[in-house]
Amino acid sequence: MKSKITWDSTPNLPTGSSRISRRELVKKIGAGSILAASGTLSADLLAAGKVNMGFIYVGSRDDFGYNQAHFEGKSGVTSLSWVKAVDEELVPESIEVEKTMESMIHLDGTKVLFPTSFGYFDPHILKLAPKYPDVTFLHCGGLWDSAKHPKNVGSYFGYIDEAVYLSGIVAGHMSKTGKLGYIAAIPIPQVLRNINAFTLGAQTVNSNATTNVVFTGGWAKPVQEAESANSMVDQGVDVLTCHVDSPKVVIETAEKRGVYSCGYHTNNAPLAPKGFLTGAEWNWSSVYQMYAKLIAEEAAIPNLVRGGLKEGIVKSSPYGSSVSAAAKANADAARAKLMAGGFSIFSGEIKDNKGNVVIPSGKSYAQTDIWLESMDWLVAGVIGST
Amino acid sequence: MTDQRKFNYRTLSSDEPDNLFGGAMPKALEAVLITAGALLISVLLVAVFFLSAGHQPVEVFHTIYRGAFGSWFSWQNTLVRAAPLLLTALCTAIPARAGLIVIGGEGAVVLGGLCAAVTGFQFLGAPPLLAMTAMLVSGCIAGGLWIGLSGFLRHYRGVNETISSLLLNYIAIAVLSFLVFGILRDPATLNKPSTHSIGAGNMLGTLGESSVHWGFGFGILFCVLLWFLCKRMTFGYELALVGGNPRAARLAGIPVGRVILVSCLLGGAAAGLAGAIEVVAVHGRANASLAAGYGYAGILVAFLARHNPLAIVPFAILLGGIQASGGLLQRAHDLPDATVAVIQGLIFLVILASEMMYGKLRFPRLMPFRSNTTLKAT
Repeated sequence: MKSKITWDSTPNLPTGSSRISRRELVKKIGAGSILAASGTLSADLLAAGKVNMGFIYVGSRDDFGYNQAHFEGKSGVTSLSWVKAVDEELVPESIEVEKTMESMIHLDGTKVLFPTSFGYFDPHILKLAPKYPDVTFLHCGGLWDSAKHPKNVGSYFGYIDEAVYLSGIVAGHMSKTGKLGYIAAIPIPQVLRNINAFTLGAQTVNSNATTNVVFTGGWAKPVQEAESANSMVDQGVDVLTCHVDSPKVVIETAEKRGVYSCGYHTNNAPLAPKGFLTGAEWNWSSVYQMYAKLIAEEAAIPNLVRGGLKEGIVKSSPYGSSVSAAAKANADAARAKLMAGGFSIFSGEIKDNKGNVVIPSGKSYAQTDIWLESMDWLVAGVIGST
Repeated sequence: MTDQRKFNYRTLSSDEPDNLFGGAMPKALEAVLITAGALLISVLLVAVFFLSAGHQPVEVFHTIYRGAFGSWFSWQNTLVRAAPLLLTALCTAIPARAGLIVIGGEGAVVLGGLCAAVTGFQFLGAPPLLAMTAMLVSGCIAGGLWIGLSGFLRHYRGVNETISSLLLNYIAIAVLSFLVFGILRDPATLNKPSTHSIGAGNMLGTLGESSVHWGFGFGILFCVLLWFLCKRMTFGYELALVGGNPRAARLAGIPVGRVILVSCLLGGAAAGLAGAIEVVAVHGRANASLAAGYGYAGILVAFLARHNPLAIVPFAILLGGIQASGGLLQRAHDLPDATVAVIQGLIFLVILASEMMYGKLRFPRLMPFRSNTTLKAT
């Protein structure tokens, strides 16, 4: 994985107790990528010239999905000579993860932990953080709250719906039937936001485009994913995408059935050489390298890091061979608007699929708006219910 | 798995000539020797597996030891992982003594946890001891009734208990998601739907200064109590009789249906308690994390222990240790997570295969081992 933010191979090691200010930090990793950096984390992290990081995944490292994205991010930091990183896969969101974190702390001397699954946060990270005040816990999910949570805990997350929106534009262009298919795990705000962004993207180029949604009920249900993908294709859906832990089954089924597909989490092009259009990817290596650099410099680690395309935390997969020039042009134009800032995917008037106006005309929600994080509706054009 | 030799029939067959004498060895010794031999063979097989994967077996075994039992931290890690297995293994072991193969521990864990969380929410302001007792008892009741359903279907409707308990697992998990996504959901749990918190004050603590929660204590207690029940009480005798030959048991006037039902209720209660402890000691609320596979791992432990409640303790600790070392294996040797499954699977297969050795081990002739003293009534 190539990172957007590149760093020198060796950091400037501190000569004293110098810390960079928040202002400098923001400048360093791109203005606006840090929404809140209130509170500082333990800076005493440089162990014998080595940055010692531990990564924990809930699934397997090679799932083409959520966990592989983090593993690729970890590979991004192990390529740096001054970083030592260990990782562990298939760790359940239970007391097991507490023991894994403690094991990394005790047996590997890890000082910074990246427990990447959403469910690791409460209660597991919150339970261990006060017990190990000199260890930094950085959780993927963006849940950190300065009022409630310990200072040696931090969160990072990306607005991946921006990249999903671009996938939607390409899908809307390439679909002949105007029927898109979305195979999703469970109806939670994160997932609904992606489905809505995908549909809104498609509707910018084809106002009649619809998205069929199936919730499989779990993050890793390969049998249901394959069944849903097949039944959608039988119903005339000709572009499939998904939001589950591993997109492998859905993308491969789409390829087998001869329909287009949009990837998720990582670059899924190898799974569908013919029908792959584009996809929404995480770019964790840039985030992890940013953290490694801050740790090495003993700089203050921001407690909350969030961002989208502009900040390089998410990105789109390279276009597949079948994507038309018009589709590329439209998607690239939208990308330019998102990169420039000020453009919002969720601006009124937006109706939900029950006919209620959820965002009135003239109202627009910025990507960072907390309101979007409790989304419990599906936009008009989505066939399915939460 | 209803091999009669597994059960203790010495009190039963006092009139028959017992092959304990004349070269055969005492059953406890026989079981220990065969199990130890099987473990040794599985260690060799695992070593072959490591070699074929390009690793030095001695180094890897040392890592396993370091991760499982090498330090006080590792011991705590092992015991924490063993805690739920102690209880879920009982869910398979107790009905197995009555000749049933119940694999529904997972469902009982899930529902036990769910009921404990619901009870906990009702007891939010109550004194902690009362709230904890209520939660744990409700977990036991839920799990007991769930597995009791399998026993009921088996005895009164002739439904195979293995199939029904397996299917009940899926139903339990579906019930959990339905309720957790629906009426029981705490609206504040946006991206990981969960029930309301039981309150930090009502959480079960840890054993002394360790990080091992009280679930381990309850597990040991249940194993000892149920061992006593199975080996020292009339009910255990009835259980063994039903497991050996239900028809003969019925002729002997034993209420077969009741024995089967009670064995399922007891086993289910143990697994339900495991689920309640997950909520009361670990999560503080019920959510999809309850279905973490403890019910299935418990089946493995029960079979390794040959359904002896006391033997469950060392095997649960062994399995807990292997799981505890899994992380270190990944980190130190770059072995995949599946390594743990391979080790567990090999041990399981060898132990099952070693069943055929029972009754075949004899003391060598030269040993002057012959006695006419009466048997201990064990």
